[in-house]
Amino acid sequence: MPNNPAILLQGVTKTYDGQNAVDDLSLDVLAGESVALLGHNGAGKTTLIKLILGLVRPDKGNIRILGREPSSPGDDKTRCQLGYLPENIAFYNGMSGAETLAFFARLKRHPLSDCARILARVGLSDAAHKRVSHYSKGMRQRLGLAQALLGNPRVLMLDEPTTGLDPELRTAFYDIVRELEEDGVTIILSSHALTELEAHTRKIVIMRKGCLIASGTIDDLRRRANLPVHIRLITRPGMGAACAEKIPEGVTCERINDHGLDLTLPSERKIDVLRHLSTTVPELDDVDIKLPSLNDLYMHFQKEGVAP
Amino acid sequence: MRELAIIAIKEFRDGIRNRWFLGAAGALILFSLSLTFLGSAPAGTVGVDPLAVTIVSLASLSVFLLPLMALLLSYDALVGEVERGTMLLLLTYPLSRADIILGKFVGQTLGLGLATVFGFGSAALVLVFGGVESDNWMAFVMLVGSSILLGAVFVALGLAISAMPRQRSAAAALAFGVWLCLVIVYDMALLGALVADGGEGISTSVFNTLLLVNPADAFRMINLSGFEDVRAAAGLVVSDLEGVADGFAPLVSLGLWVTVPLIFAVMLFRRKQI
Repeated sequence: MPNNPAILLQGVTKTYDGQNAVDDLSLDVLAGESVALLGHNGAGKTTLIKLILGLVRPDKGNIRILGREPSSPGDDKTRCQLGYLPENIAFYNGMSGAETLAFFARLKRHPLSDCARILARVGLSDAAHKRVSHYSKGMRQRLGLAQALLGNPRVLMLDEPTTGLDPELRTAFYDIVRELEEDGVTIILSSHALTELEAHTRKIVIMRKGCLIASGTIDDLRRRANLPVHIRLITRPGMGAACAEKIPEGVTCERINDHGLDLTLPSERKIDVLRHLSTTVPELDDVDIKLPSLNDLYMHFQKEGVAP
Repeated sequence: MRELAIIAIKEFRDGIRNRWFLGAAGALILFSLSLTFLGSAPAGTVGVDPLAVTIVSLASLSVFLLPLMALLLSYDALVGEVERGTMLLLLTYPLSRADIILGKFVGQTLGLGLATVFGFGSAALVLVFGGVESDNWMAFVMLVGSSILLGAVFVALGLAISAMPRQRSAAAALAFGVWLCLVIVYDMALLGALVADGGEGISTSVFNTLLLVNPADAFRMINLSGFEDVRAAAGLVVSDLEGVADGFAPLVSLGLWVTVPLIFAVMLFRRKQI
Protein backbone atom coordinates (compact mmCIF):
# COMPACT_ATOMS: atom_id res chain seq x y z
CA MET A 1 0.00 0.00 0.00
CA PRO A 2 2.61 2.56 -0.98
CA ASN A 3 0.09 5.22 -1.95
CA ASN A 4 -2.07 5.01 1.16
CA PRO A 5 -1.17 7.62 3.71
CA ALA A 6 0.62 6.08 6.68
CA ILE A 7 -0.76 8.83 8.87
CA LEU A 8 -4.03 10.58 8.16
CA LEU A 9 -5.65 13.25 10.30
CA GLN A 10 -8.91 14.95 9.37
CA GLY A 11 -10.23 17.95 11.28
CA VAL A 12 -8.71 16.79 14.54
CA THR A 13 -9.40 18.93 17.60
CA LYS A 14 -8.19 18.26 21.12
CA THR A 15 -9.12 20.56 23.98
CA TYR A 16 -7.40 20.78 27.35
CA ASP A 17 -9.11 22.92 29.99
CA GLY A 18 -11.07 24.88 27.39
CA GLN A 19 -8.01 25.60 25.27
CA ASN A 20 -7.50 23.95 21.93
CA ALA A 21 -4.14 22.22 22.06
CA VAL A 22 -4.78 20.98 18.54
CA ASP A 23 -7.33 22.89 16.52
CA ASP A 24 -9.10 21.45 13.47
CA LEU A 25 -5.88 20.00 12.10
CA SER A 26 -5.69 17.95 8.92
CA LEU A 27 -2.52 16.25 7.78
CA ASP A 28 -1.51 13.28 5.73
CA VAL A 29 1.87 11.65 5.59
CA LEU A 30 2.65 9.04 2.98
CA ALA A 31 4.45 5.82 3.73
CA GLY A 32 8.19 6.40 3.66
CA GLU A 33 7.85 10.15 3.96
CA SER A 34 9.74 11.97 6.66
CA VAL A 35 8.19 15.02 8.19
CA ALA A 36 9.68 17.67 10.43
CA LEU A 37 7.21 19.14 12.86
CA LEU A 38 8.01 22.70 13.88
CA GLY A 39 6.34 25.13 16.20
CA HIS A 40 6.81 27.30 19.23
CA ASN A 41 6.65 25.83 22.72
CA GLY A 42 3.06 24.88 23.39
CA ALA A 43 2.12 24.90 19.70
CA GLY A 44 0.63 21.43 20.11
CA LYS A 45 3.42 19.30 18.67
CA THR A 46 3.56 16.86 21.56
CA THR A 47 -0.23 16.68 21.73
CA LEU A 48 -0.31 15.90 18.03
CA ILE A 49 2.21 13.09 18.53
CA LYS A 50 0.22 11.73 21.46
CA LEU A 51 -2.94 11.80 19.36
CA ILE A 52 -1.23 9.83 16.62
CA LEU A 53 0.03 7.32 19.18
CA GLY A 54 -3.45 6.93 20.65
CA LEU A 55 -2.34 8.09 24.09
CA VAL A 56 -5.01 10.77 24.03
CA ARG A 57 -8.27 10.64 22.14
CA PRO A 58 -9.36 13.50 19.90
CA ASP A 59 -12.47 15.48 20.84
CA LYS A 60 -13.33 15.85 17.17
CA GLY A 61 -12.07 14.48 13.90
CA ASN A 62 -10.59 11.29 12.52
CA ILE A 63 -7.18 9.75 12.88
CA ARG A 64 -5.94 6.75 10.92
CA ILE A 65 -2.52 5.23 11.41
CA LEU A 66 -1.63 2.56 8.84
CA GLY A 67 -5.32 2.49 8.05
CA ARG A 68 -6.49 1.94 11.62
CA GLU A 69 -7.76 4.05 14.47
CA PRO A 70 -4.92 4.44 16.98
CA SER A 71 -6.76 4.59 20.28
CA SER A 72 -8.99 1.58 19.77
CA PRO A 73 -8.20 -0.74 22.67
CA GLY A 74 -6.42 -3.99 22.02
CA ASP A 75 -5.20 -2.84 18.66
CA ASP A 76 -1.80 -4.41 19.16
CA LYS A 77 -1.04 -4.92 15.51
CA THR A 78 -0.72 -1.19 14.82
CA ARG A 79 1.18 -0.50 18.02
CA CYS A 80 3.73 -3.16 17.12
CA GLN A 81 4.50 -1.10 14.03
CA LEU A 82 4.89 2.19 15.90
CA GLY A 83 8.09 3.43 17.45
CA TYR A 84 8.10 6.38 19.82
CA LEU A 85 10.83 8.42 21.42
CA PRO A 86 9.23 10.77 23.97
CA GLU A 87 10.49 14.28 24.59
CA ASN A 88 11.61 13.67 28.17
CA ILE A 89 12.34 10.00 28.16
CA ALA A 90 12.30 8.20 31.49
CA PHE A 91 13.33 4.63 32.18
CA TYR A 92 13.18 2.31 35.14
CA ASN A 93 16.23 3.45 37.07
CA GLY A 94 17.05 0.13 38.67
CA MET A 95 17.54 -1.67 35.37
CA SER A 96 20.59 -1.67 33.12
CA GLY A 97 20.40 -0.52 29.51
CA ALA A 98 20.42 -4.08 28.23
CA GLU A 99 17.71 -5.16 30.68
CA THR A 100 15.56 -2.19 29.74
CA LEU A 101 15.84 -2.99 26.06
CA ALA A 102 15.14 -6.69 26.69
CA PHE A 103 12.00 -5.78 28.65
CA PHE A 104 10.67 -3.65 25.81
CA ALA A 105 11.76 -6.21 23.23
CA ARG A 106 9.66 -8.89 24.94
CA LEU A 107 6.64 -6.62 24.84
CA LYS A 108 7.13 -5.93 21.15
CA ARG A 109 7.97 -9.55 20.38
CA HIS A 110 11.32 -8.54 19.02
CA PRO A 111 13.94 -11.32 19.19
CA LEU A 112 16.11 -10.82 22.28
CA SER A 113 19.13 -12.00 20.35
CA ASP A 114 18.87 -8.84 18.23
CA CYS A 115 19.06 -6.42 21.17
CA ALA A 116 22.85 -6.36 21.25
CA ARG A 117 22.89 -5.30 17.59
CA ILE A 118 20.46 -2.44 18.27
CA LEU A 119 22.51 -1.28 21.26
CA ALA A 120 25.59 -1.31 19.07
CA ARG A 121 23.75 0.65 16.40
CA VAL A 122 23.06 3.50 18.81
CA GLY A 123 26.54 3.23 20.30
CA LEU A 124 25.63 1.91 23.72
CA SER A 125 27.45 -1.44 23.67
CA ASP A 126 29.99 -0.39 26.28
CA ALA A 127 27.39 0.95 28.69
CA ALA A 128 24.87 -1.85 28.14
CA HIS A 129 25.28 -3.29 31.61
CA LYS A 130 25.39 -0.01 33.46
CA ARG A 131 22.33 1.04 35.41
CA VAL A 132 20.15 3.51 33.54
CA SER A 133 20.19 5.82 36.59
CA HIS A 134 23.90 6.40 35.90
CA TYR A 135 23.30 7.28 32.24
CA SER A 136 23.93 10.76 30.90
CA LYS A 137 21.21 12.63 29.02
CA GLY A 138 22.76 11.65 25.71
CA MET A 139 22.92 7.99 26.67
CA ARG A 140 19.29 8.00 27.75
CA GLN A 141 18.37 9.56 24.45
CA ARG A 142 20.25 6.83 22.60
CA LEU A 143 18.59 4.13 24.65
CA GLY A 144 15.32 5.85 23.81
CA LEU A 145 16.11 5.62 20.14
CA ALA A 146 17.11 1.97 20.59
CA GLN A 147 13.73 1.07 22.07
CA ALA A 148 11.97 3.00 19.32
CA LEU A 149 13.73 0.82 16.76
CA LEU A 150 12.42 -2.42 18.30
CA GLY A 151 9.96 -4.36 16.22
CA ASN A 152 11.16 -2.74 12.98
CA PRO A 153 8.50 -0.02 13.08
CA ARG A 154 6.77 1.29 9.98
CA VAL A 155 6.03 4.62 11.66
CA LEU A 156 8.47 6.36 13.94
CA MET A 157 7.59 9.35 16.13
CA LEU A 158 10.58 11.24 17.48
CA ASP A 159 9.78 14.10 19.84
CA GLU A 160 12.77 16.47 20.11
CA PRO A 161 15.19 13.62 19.57
CA THR A 162 18.47 15.52 19.39
CA THR A 163 18.27 17.60 22.56
CA GLY A 164 21.22 16.74 24.75
CA LEU A 165 23.21 15.06 22.01
CA ASP A 166 26.63 16.38 21.07
CA PRO A 167 27.28 17.22 17.38
CA GLU A 168 28.94 13.89 16.68
CA LEU A 169 26.01 11.94 18.08
CA ARG A 170 23.60 14.17 16.22
CA THR A 171 25.23 13.24 12.96
CA ALA A 172 25.14 9.56 13.91
CA PHE A 173 21.51 10.00 14.86
CA TYR A 174 20.55 11.51 11.52
CA ASP A 175 22.49 8.77 9.75
CA ILE A 176 20.23 6.23 11.42
CA VAL A 177 17.19 8.30 10.52
CA ARG A 178 18.27 8.40 6.88
CA GLU A 179 18.82 4.63 6.79
CA LEU A 180 15.33 4.15 8.17
CA GLU A 181 13.90 6.50 5.57
CA GLU A 182 15.57 4.47 2.86
CA ASP A 183 13.91 1.37 4.30
CA GLY A 184 10.57 3.10 3.81
CA VAL A 185 9.86 4.00 7.41
CA THR A 186 7.57 6.99 7.95
CA ILE A 187 9.21 9.38 10.36
CA ILE A 188 7.74 12.30 12.23
CA LEU A 189 10.34 14.39 13.96
CA SER A 190 9.68 17.41 16.09
CA SER A 191 12.50 19.75 16.86
CA HIS A 192 13.70 23.26 17.53
CA ALA A 193 17.03 22.72 15.84
CA LEU A 194 16.05 24.26 12.52
CA THR A 195 19.44 24.20 10.87
CA GLU A 196 19.68 20.46 11.44
CA LEU A 197 16.28 19.78 9.98
CA GLU A 198 16.99 21.77 6.87
CA ALA A 199 19.60 19.24 5.87
CA HIS A 200 17.80 16.13 6.99
CA THR A 201 14.10 16.19 6.27
CA ARG A 202 12.02 16.40 3.18
CA LYS A 203 8.64 17.68 4.30
CA ILE A 204 8.14 20.44 6.83
CA VAL A 205 5.01 21.11 8.84
CA ILE A 206 4.77 24.30 10.88
CA MET A 207 2.28 24.58 13.72
CA ARG A 208 1.11 27.62 15.61
CA LYS A 209 -1.33 27.59 18.51
CA GLY A 210 -2.63 24.15 17.58
CA CYS A 211 -3.16 24.98 13.90
CA LEU A 212 -1.17 23.88 10.93
CA ILE A 213 0.05 27.07 9.27
CA ALA A 214 2.34 25.74 6.56
CA SER A 215 3.42 22.43 5.11
CA GLY A 216 5.53 21.30 2.19
CA THR A 217 9.12 20.81 1.14
CA ILE A 218 11.54 23.60 1.87
CA ASP A 219 11.31 24.70 -1.78
CA ASP A 220 7.50 24.80 -1.56
CA LEU A 221 7.76 26.94 1.52
CA ARG A 222 10.28 29.26 -0.11
CA ARG A 223 8.01 29.71 -3.08
CA ARG A 224 5.01 30.39 -0.91
CA ALA A 225 6.77 32.76 1.46
CA ASN A 226 8.45 34.55 -1.46
CA LEU A 227 11.07 35.97 0.83
CA PRO A 228 13.81 38.15 -0.70
CA VAL A 229 17.10 36.59 -1.68
CA HIS A 230 20.32 38.04 -0.35
CA ILE A 231 23.38 38.28 -2.56
CA ARG A 232 26.73 39.39 -1.27
CA LEU A 233 29.14 40.85 -3.80
CA ILE A 234 32.86 41.01 -3.22
CA THR A 235 34.64 43.42 -5.55
CA ARG A 236 38.28 44.26 -6.10
CA PRO A 237 39.65 46.49 -3.30
CA GLY A 238 38.16 49.97 -3.31
CA MET A 239 35.76 49.28 -6.16
CA GLY A 240 32.65 48.90 -4.00
CA ALA A 241 31.30 52.38 -4.65
CA ALA A 242 31.79 52.10 -8.41
CA CYS A 243 30.07 48.79 -8.40
CA ALA A 244 27.10 50.06 -6.39
CA GLU A 245 26.23 52.49 -9.17
CA LYS A 246 25.69 49.66 -11.62
CA ILE A 247 23.09 47.81 -9.53
CA PRO A 248 19.78 47.54 -11.46
CA GLU A 249 16.47 49.11 -10.39
CA GLY A 250 14.37 47.42 -7.71
CA VAL A 251 17.32 45.93 -5.85
CA THR A 252 18.26 47.26 -2.43
CA CYS A 253 21.95 47.74 -2.08
CA GLU A 254 23.86 48.14 1.13
CA ARG A 255 27.60 48.78 1.37
CA ILE A 256 29.50 46.85 4.03
CA ASN A 257 32.98 48.21 3.34
CA ASP A 258 34.98 49.44 0.36
CA HIS A 259 34.84 46.09 -1.42
CA GLY A 260 31.65 44.45 -0.17
CA LEU A 261 27.96 44.95 -1.07
CA ASP A 262 24.80 43.31 0.18
CA LEU A 263 21.92 43.07 -2.27
CA THR A 264 18.35 42.26 -1.32
CA LEU A 265 16.04 41.32 -4.18
CA PRO A 266 12.84 39.41 -4.91
CA SER A 267 13.68 35.77 -5.56
CA GLU A 268 12.21 35.75 -9.10
CA ARG A 269 14.76 38.36 -10.18
CA LYS A 270 17.73 36.31 -8.98
CA ILE A 271 18.90 34.97 -12.38
CA ASP A 272 18.16 38.28 -14.03
CA VAL A 273 20.31 40.24 -11.64
CA LEU A 274 23.14 37.70 -11.69
CA ARG A 275 23.26 37.81 -15.48
CA HIS A 276 23.31 41.59 -15.42
CA LEU A 277 26.10 41.67 -12.86
CA SER A 278 28.30 39.19 -14.67
CA THR A 279 28.14 41.14 -17.91
CA THR A 280 28.25 44.75 -16.68
CA VAL A 281 30.37 44.65 -13.54
CA PRO A 282 33.89 43.45 -14.37
CA GLU A 283 35.16 44.58 -10.93
CA LEU A 284 33.37 41.61 -9.38
CA ASP A 285 35.56 39.09 -7.56
CA ASP A 286 33.05 36.79 -5.89
CA VAL A 287 29.31 36.34 -5.26
CA ASP A 288 27.63 34.58 -2.40
CA ILE A 289 23.94 33.77 -2.72
CA LYS A 290 21.95 33.25 0.44
CA LEU A 291 18.50 31.69 0.00
CA PRO A 292 16.03 32.14 2.84
CA SER A 293 16.94 29.54 5.47
CA LEU A 294 14.44 27.36 7.27
CA ASN A 295 14.90 29.70 10.18
CA ASP A 296 13.82 32.69 8.03
CA LEU A 297 10.87 30.75 6.66
CA TYR A 298 9.85 29.60 10.11
CA MET A 299 9.91 33.14 11.46
CA HIS A 300 8.00 34.36 8.43
CA PHE A 301 5.18 31.84 8.80
CA GLN A 302 5.02 32.24 12.56
CA LYS A 303 4.63 36.00 12.10
CA GLU A 304 2.05 35.70 9.38
CA GLY A 305 0.19 32.93 11.12
CA VAL A 306 -2.01 32.31 8.10
CA ALA A 307 -3.43 29.00 7.02
CA PRO A 308 -1.91 27.53 3.85
CA MET B 1 -1.67 -13.09 28.86
CA ARG B 2 1.92 -12.98 27.61
CA GLU B 3 2.08 -9.24 28.21
CA LEU B 4 0.60 -9.68 31.67
CA ALA B 5 3.31 -12.22 32.51
CA ILE B 6 6.06 -9.89 31.24
CA ILE B 7 4.82 -7.09 33.50
CA ALA B 8 4.39 -9.48 36.44
CA ILE B 9 7.92 -10.82 36.09
CA LYS B 10 9.33 -7.31 35.80
CA GLU B 11 7.41 -6.17 38.85
CA PHE B 12 8.59 -9.19 40.85
CA ARG B 13 12.21 -8.67 39.81
CA ASP B 14 11.95 -4.96 40.65
CA GLY B 15 10.84 -5.92 44.14
CA ILE B 16 13.84 -8.20 44.51
CA ARG B 17 16.21 -5.71 42.93
CA ASN B 18 15.28 -2.84 45.21
CA ARG B 19 15.34 -5.16 48.27
CA TRP B 20 11.68 -4.49 48.97
CA PHE B 21 10.72 -8.14 49.26
CA LEU B 22 13.88 -8.86 51.23
CA GLY B 23 12.94 -6.16 53.72
CA ALA B 24 9.38 -7.41 53.98
CA ALA B 25 10.51 -11.01 54.45
CA GLY B 26 13.08 -9.91 57.03
CA ALA B 27 10.50 -7.97 59.03
CA LEU B 28 8.02 -10.85 58.90
CA ILE B 29 10.69 -13.40 59.92
CA LEU B 30 11.71 -11.19 62.82
CA PHE B 31 8.16 -10.73 64.05
CA SER B 32 7.24 -14.37 63.51
CA LEU B 33 10.23 -15.67 65.44
CA SER B 34 9.79 -13.30 68.36
CA LEU B 35 6.09 -14.10 68.56
CA THR B 36 6.83 -17.82 68.44
CA PHE B 37 9.35 -17.63 71.26
CA LEU B 38 7.15 -15.36 73.34
CA GLY B 39 4.11 -17.47 72.57
CA SER B 40 5.64 -20.78 73.56
CA ALA B 41 6.52 -19.56 77.05
CA PRO B 42 3.00 -19.54 78.54
CA ALA B 43 1.77 -22.42 76.41
CA GLY B 44 3.78 -24.99 78.26
CA THR B 45 2.05 -24.36 81.57
CA VAL B 46 -1.51 -23.93 80.34
CA GLY B 47 -1.33 -26.95 78.14
CA VAL B 48 -2.56 -25.31 74.95
CA ASP B 49 -1.06 -26.43 71.65
CA PRO B 50 1.91 -24.07 71.03
CA LEU B 51 1.17 -24.08 67.31
CA ALA B 52 -2.34 -22.81 68.00
CA VAL B 53 -0.92 -20.01 70.15
CA THR B 54 1.53 -19.13 67.37
CA ILE B 55 -1.28 -19.10 64.81
CA VAL B 56 -3.32 -16.69 66.91
CA SER B 57 -0.30 -14.40 67.44
CA LEU B 58 0.66 -14.44 63.78
CA ALA B 59 -2.91 -13.81 62.65
CA SER B 60 -3.21 -10.85 65.00
CA LEU B 61 0.05 -9.47 63.66
CA SER B 62 -0.73 -10.09 59.99
CA VAL B 63 -4.01 -8.31 60.16
CA PHE B 64 -2.19 -5.01 60.81
CA LEU B 65 1.13 -5.53 59.13
CA LEU B 66 0.27 -7.20 55.81
CA PRO B 67 -2.29 -4.59 54.69
CA LEU B 68 0.23 -1.87 55.46
CA MET B 69 3.00 -3.61 53.54
CA ALA B 70 0.73 -4.34 50.59
CA LEU B 71 -0.47 -0.74 50.37
CA LEU B 72 3.07 0.62 50.64
CA LEU B 73 4.06 -1.63 47.78
CA SER B 74 1.19 -0.82 45.45
CA TYR B 75 -0.04 2.70 46.14
CA ASP B 76 2.37 4.32 43.67
CA ALA B 77 2.52 1.49 41.14
CA LEU B 78 0.56 3.48 38.55
CA VAL B 79 0.63 7.11 39.68
CA GLY B 80 4.37 6.82 40.36
CA GLU B 81 5.07 5.62 36.84
CA VAL B 82 2.85 8.34 35.40
CA GLU B 83 4.69 10.94 37.45
CA ARG B 84 8.16 9.66 36.58
CA GLY B 85 7.23 9.49 32.91
CA THR B 86 7.81 5.78 32.30
CA MET B 87 4.10 5.11 31.83
CA LEU B 88 3.94 7.31 28.74
CA LEU B 89 6.34 5.06 26.87
CA LEU B 90 4.88 1.82 28.22
CA LEU B 91 1.40 2.73 27.00
CA THR B 92 2.62 3.06 23.42
CA TYR B 93 3.62 -0.61 23.52
CA PRO B 94 1.28 -3.35 22.38
CA LEU B 95 -0.31 -4.17 25.72
CA SER B 96 -3.59 -3.17 27.30
CA ARG B 97 -3.99 -1.11 30.43
CA ALA B 98 -5.59 -4.12 32.08
CA ASP B 99 -2.40 -6.08 31.33
CA ILE B 100 -0.39 -3.45 33.19
CA ILE B 101 -2.63 -3.46 36.25
CA LEU B 102 -3.11 -7.22 36.46
CA GLY B 103 0.58 -7.83 35.77
CA LYS B 104 1.56 -5.52 38.59
CA PHE B 105 -1.01 -7.20 40.82
CA VAL B 106 0.36 -10.67 40.12
CA GLY B 107 4.01 -9.63 40.51
CA GLN B 108 3.50 -7.73 43.75
CA THR B 109 1.21 -10.32 45.29
CA LEU B 110 3.71 -13.01 44.44
CA GLY B 111 6.54 -11.08 46.08
CA LEU B 112 4.58 -10.24 49.18
CA GLY B 113 3.24 -13.82 49.29
CA LEU B 114 6.75 -15.25 49.20
CA ALA B 115 7.83 -12.87 51.96
CA THR B 116 4.85 -14.14 54.01
CA VAL B 117 5.77 -17.76 53.35
CA PHE B 118 9.36 -17.13 54.45
CA GLY B 119 8.25 -15.19 57.51
CA PHE B 120 5.66 -17.62 58.78
CA GLY B 121 7.67 -20.59 57.55
CA SER B 122 10.50 -19.59 59.86
CA ALA B 123 8.10 -19.75 62.78
CA ALA B 124 6.94 -23.20 61.69
CA LEU B 125 10.53 -24.40 61.37
CA VAL B 126 11.31 -23.26 64.89
CA LEU B 127 8.32 -25.19 66.20
CA VAL B 128 9.21 -28.30 64.21
CA PHE B 129 12.80 -28.25 65.41
CA GLY B 130 11.56 -27.58 68.91
CA GLY B 131 9.82 -30.97 68.75
CA VAL B 132 6.27 -29.65 68.83
CA GLU B 133 3.67 -32.22 67.90
CA SER B 134 0.40 -30.80 66.72
CA ASP B 135 -2.82 -31.63 64.89
CA ASN B 136 -3.23 -28.08 63.77
CA TRP B 137 -0.88 -27.93 60.80
CA MET B 138 -3.91 -27.59 58.53
CA ALA B 139 -4.79 -24.41 60.43
CA PHE B 140 -1.26 -23.16 59.86
CA VAL B 141 -1.49 -23.80 56.13
CA MET B 142 -4.80 -21.95 56.20
CA LEU B 143 -3.10 -19.05 57.99
CA VAL B 144 -0.39 -18.79 55.35
CA GLY B 145 -2.91 -19.07 52.50
CA SER B 146 -5.32 -16.52 53.92
CA SER B 147 -2.42 -14.15 54.72
CA ILE B 148 -1.38 -14.24 51.08
CA LEU B 149 -5.01 -13.56 50.17
CA LEU B 150 -5.12 -10.66 52.65
CA GLY B 151 -1.98 -9.26 51.03
CA ALA B 152 -3.62 -9.64 47.63
CA VAL B 153 -6.70 -7.72 48.83
CA PHE B 154 -4.62 -4.73 49.85
CA VAL B 155 -2.39 -4.87 46.78
CA ALA B 156 -5.60 -4.68 44.71
CA LEU B 157 -6.88 -1.79 46.85
CA GLY B 158 -3.53 -0.04 46.51
CA LEU B 159 -3.66 -0.36 42.73
CA ALA B 160 -7.17 1.11 42.65
CA ILE B 161 -5.88 3.99 44.80
CA SER B 162 -2.93 4.36 42.45
CA ALA B 163 -5.17 4.72 39.43
CA MET B 164 -7.06 7.66 40.91
CA PRO B 165 -5.05 10.79 41.73
CA ARG B 166 -2.57 12.79 39.68
CA GLN B 167 0.02 12.98 42.46
CA ARG B 168 1.85 10.33 44.42
CA SER B 169 1.42 12.23 47.66
CA ALA B 170 -2.36 12.16 47.27
CA ALA B 171 -2.20 8.42 46.65
CA ALA B 172 -0.09 7.95 49.79
CA ALA B 173 -2.61 9.86 51.89
CA LEU B 174 -5.46 7.88 50.38
CA ALA B 175 -3.68 4.58 51.03
CA PHE B 176 -3.09 5.47 54.66
CA GLY B 177 -6.73 6.48 55.01
CA VAL B 178 -7.92 3.17 53.59
CA TRP B 179 -5.65 1.23 55.93
CA LEU B 180 -6.84 3.23 58.92
CA CYS B 181 -10.51 2.80 58.04
CA LEU B 182 -10.51 -0.87 57.20
CA VAL B 183 -8.05 -2.16 59.77
CA ILE B 184 -8.57 0.05 62.79
CA VAL B 185 -11.52 2.44 62.65
CA TYR B 186 -14.00 -0.15 61.38
CA ASP B 187 -13.50 -2.42 64.37
CA MET B 188 -13.56 0.44 66.82
CA ALA B 189 -16.78 1.76 65.33
CA LEU B 190 -18.30 -1.69 65.46
CA LEU B 191 -17.28 -2.09 69.08
CA GLY B 192 -18.63 1.34 69.88
CA ALA B 193 -21.92 0.50 68.23
CA LEU B 194 -22.17 -2.72 70.22
CA VAL B 195 -21.50 -0.96 73.51
CA ALA B 196 -23.93 1.84 72.78
CA ASP B 197 -26.52 -0.65 71.65
CA GLY B 198 -26.17 -2.76 74.76
CA GLY B 199 -26.72 -5.96 72.80
CA GLU B 200 -30.33 -5.10 72.01
CA GLY B 201 -30.70 -4.24 68.35
CA ILE B 202 -27.64 -5.79 66.77
CA SER B 203 -28.23 -9.51 66.49
CA THR B 204 -25.41 -12.05 66.17
CA SER B 205 -26.10 -12.57 62.50
CA VAL B 206 -26.03 -8.84 61.75
CA PHE B 207 -22.82 -8.52 63.71
CA ASN B 208 -21.25 -11.45 61.90
CA THR B 209 -22.28 -10.02 58.55
CA LEU B 210 -20.70 -6.71 59.48
CA LEU B 211 -17.49 -8.56 60.34
CA LEU B 212 -17.68 -10.53 57.14
CA VAL B 213 -17.80 -7.53 54.82
CA ASN B 214 -14.55 -6.12 56.20
CA PRO B 215 -11.51 -7.91 54.75
CA ALA B 216 -9.48 -7.69 57.96
CA ASP B 217 -12.29 -9.20 60.00
CA ALA B 218 -12.99 -11.84 57.39
CA PHE B 219 -9.33 -12.78 57.72
CA ARG B 220 -9.70 -13.01 61.51
CA MET B 221 -12.77 -15.21 61.09
CA ILE B 222 -10.88 -17.65 58.93
CA ASN B 223 -7.95 -17.93 61.29
CA LEU B 224 -9.38 -17.52 64.77
CA SER B 225 -12.57 -19.49 64.48
CA GLY B 226 -11.86 -22.17 61.93
CA PHE B 227 -10.19 -24.71 64.20
CA GLU B 228 -11.14 -25.89 67.65
CA ASP B 229 -7.72 -25.54 69.33
CA VAL B 230 -7.12 -22.16 67.76
CA ARG B 231 -10.50 -20.96 68.99
CA ALA B 232 -9.49 -22.06 72.47
CA ALA B 233 -6.18 -20.26 72.20
CA ALA B 234 -7.93 -17.15 70.92
CA GLY B 235 -10.42 -17.33 73.76
CA LEU B 236 -13.48 -17.54 71.58
CA VAL B 237 -16.63 -19.39 72.48
CA VAL B 238 -17.70 -21.82 69.80
CA SER B 239 -21.22 -20.53 69.44
CA ASP B 240 -20.04 -16.92 68.95
CA LEU B 241 -19.38 -17.28 65.30
CA GLU B 242 -21.94 -19.57 63.84
CA GLY B 243 -23.92 -19.13 60.69
CA VAL B 244 -22.28 -16.72 58.26
CA ALA B 245 -18.82 -17.17 59.72
CA ASP B 246 -18.83 -20.82 58.86
CA GLY B 247 -17.35 -22.37 55.82
CA PHE B 248 -16.41 -20.39 52.80
CA ALA B 249 -18.15 -17.08 53.44
CA PRO B 250 -15.01 -15.25 54.69
CA LEU B 251 -13.01 -16.64 51.79
CA VAL B 252 -15.64 -15.42 49.34
CA SER B 253 -15.52 -12.02 51.02
CA LEU B 254 -11.74 -11.82 50.58
CA GLY B 255 -12.08 -13.00 46.99
CA LEU B 256 -14.52 -10.20 46.26
CA TRP B 257 -12.21 -7.71 47.96
CA VAL B 258 -9.56 -8.73 45.44
CA THR B 259 -11.66 -8.71 42.28
CA VAL B 260 -13.80 -5.63 42.83
CA PRO B 261 -10.91 -3.21 43.47
CA LEU B 262 -9.03 -4.68 40.51
CA ILE B 263 -11.99 -4.14 38.18
CA PHE B 264 -12.34 -0.66 39.62
CA ALA B 265 -8.63 0.03 39.04
CA VAL B 266 -8.81 -1.10 35.42
CA MET B 267 -11.90 1.05 34.78
CA LEU B 268 -10.32 4.12 36.34
CA PHE B 269 -7.01 3.65 34.58
CA ARG B 270 -8.61 3.12 31.18
CA ARG B 271 -10.28 6.51 31.40
CA LYS B 272 -7.13 8.29 32.45
CA GLN B 273 -5.34 10.38 29.84
CA ILE B 274 -1.61 10.38 30.30
